[in-house]
Amino acid sequence: MPVPYTKLVIEHFKHPHNVGKIKNADVKVTEGSPACGDMLTLFLKVDPETHIIKDIKFQSFGCASNIATGSILTDIVKGKTIEEAAKITWKDAVEALGGLPSVKVHCSVLAADALHSAVEIYMEKKGLVKEKKPTTKEIVMSKLSHVVDPLTGIDVVRANLIKTIHIKEGIVTVTLDLPKDHQFVENIKEEILERLGYLWDVTEVEVIFEGLKK
Amino acid sequence: MKVYLDNAASTKMDKRVVDAMIPFFLEKYAVSSSQFAHAYGIEVKDAVDEARATFTDRLGGKYPEEVIFTSGGTEANNLAIKGVAYANMNKGKHLITTQVEHNSVLNSFRRLEEEGFEVSYLPVDKDGIVDIDALKNCIKKETALISVQYGNHETGTVQDIREIAKLSKEKGILFHTDAAIAWPYLPIDAYNWGIDLITLSPHKFYGPKGIGILFVKKGTRIKNVLDGGFNEFNLRPGTENTPAIIGAQKAAEIFSREDVDRVLLLKKRLITGIETTIKAVEYNGSKEHSIPHIVNLTFKYIEGEAISLRLDFEGIAVITGSACYSRNLQASYILLAMGKNHEQAHGSIRFSLSKYNTEEEIDYTIQKAGEVVSDLRKLSPLGEEDEE
Repeated sequence: MPVPYTKLVIEHFKHPHNVGKIKNADVKVTEGSPACGDMLTLFLKVDPETHIIKDIKFQSFGCASNIATGSILTDIVKGKTIEEAAKITWKDAVEALGGLPSVKVHCSVLAADALHSAVEIYMEKKGLVKEKKPTTKEIVMSKLSHVVDPLTGIDVVRANLIKTIHIKEGIVTVTLDLPKDHQFVENIKEEILERLGYLWDVTEVEVIFEGLKK
Repeated sequence: MKVYLDNAASTKMDKRVVDAMIPFFLEKYAVSSSQFAHAYGIEVKDAVDEARATFTDRLGGKYPEEVIFTSGGTEANNLAIKGVAYANMNKGKHLITTQVEHNSVLNSFRRLEEEGFEVSYLPVDKDGIVDIDALKNCIKKETALISVQYGNHETGTVQDIREIAKLSKEKGILFHTDAAIAWPYLPIDAYNWGIDLITLSPHKFYGPKGIGILFVKKGTRIKNVLDGGFNEFNLRPGTENTPAIIGAQKAAEIFSREDVDRVLLLKKRLITGIETTIKAVEYNGSKEHSIPHIVNLTFKYIEGEAISLRLDFEGIAVITGSACYSRNLQASYILLAMGKNHEQAHGSIRFSLSKYNTEEEIDYTIQKAGEVVSDLRKLSPLGEEDEE
């Protein structure tokens, strides 16, 4: 084998399963960003009665490991219930692939993160979360830490771009230290709406850009 | 079909080079510095001197002792930069280079920074070209050395080293150029252009590995960085790698303009072929000022390691500037210095050609690149609006 990948990784990379989009998906979630390296979008269709994942598809702007993990992870999850899917980790995916080179393991984490985000969003949407905690600034911050500024590849929390967060009567207002004419204003706004909009007690999300940073 | 397009990394040796080297393994194996002890040594010394004269001539030097043989381009760059910095500390401890140099240059300067030198790393424009005005503004009276590569190993962009050499000379500053990837594809003329130090790497032009050349103009103040015996005019101790020296000489002698012209045609064929058959391709570097055998392209919306791996399955060898491909998971610093974003570096592929490539190989590469790119784009969440 000329490359440091198992036969199964190569097989999934060359002919990935479950590729594409699902129309009217129950959940669509994107993890990573083109700037930070890899990016993976996941679509889920779930049976409303049984909560079994009927269909799952993915798209990848990523390397061989990312594509192979997306392929095998969607295979593993299909037909499982949402609760079962929540327990699947990146380790399960890597094991199923027969291992990945150590520098490449992080690529598999992205796919698993996308799955967990998707599960979380679905459960929130369907009111399956057992303990309904009110949305706090901390929860909003943890959600925002998945939103990446495509220009730098760093998430908006780590990059210190969150100026203020206000939560009042179901309305969340996030103010970012980024200028209105920042190249990726629309992408960042869309990501934030996706990450906060589904929370059970959130009725509206407002994103404000005010800053001088480039 | 097998298509090797990673010739900027290393090339296939010319058979004539191998043939020239063999006697120096089996018959003329004495150490050239044994010239005062026996005839075996004298024979080898004569051959090495001839090789030295060949390079002196080709580089526009005047004296054979201006050519120093090292273990490779990396050592030659280390010797040039550290050797000049250490020997000219009385003039000053300020040095100038660029952000897009080879790691052997950048890391030599970083080492000197740790040791108390001040280094200015010049920016480049979107094509990868150094701004001469920025260079002028950087120069101080303590500046001891300017080091700017002739051509870039990743994008093929060529710097105006004649202009930089002229400026260095006016200001009385030593000028080094890393010509490892550019020479002999592009000519160089040390004395006429005013270049003090030149690095060469013969395995980039069908010669052997394990040999590098540092041209040091007579009178240049420079110190050895390795300690040992008196070889190479006290500048580079250690037994000379005579088979490789002879191989390097042969490679320089047989390198022909006709081969360069043919490689250039192949490169144009590759660029035109890809640009006319594949959508959303960006050219990285300068189309006008470019080494004849390197081309760097970004295939938008997809990742470079995935592209290069898929091409490898088809027998085509290329590399990428994607972070996923590098051991330190950093995107190409060269593309980033040119103002490209991570996304552009992510999908970048370097094709580097040689005289052994054929039109059939290039056409096959164009076809397979089209298939691979189209396949991978079907997986990508990006750029669908461009596709439809």
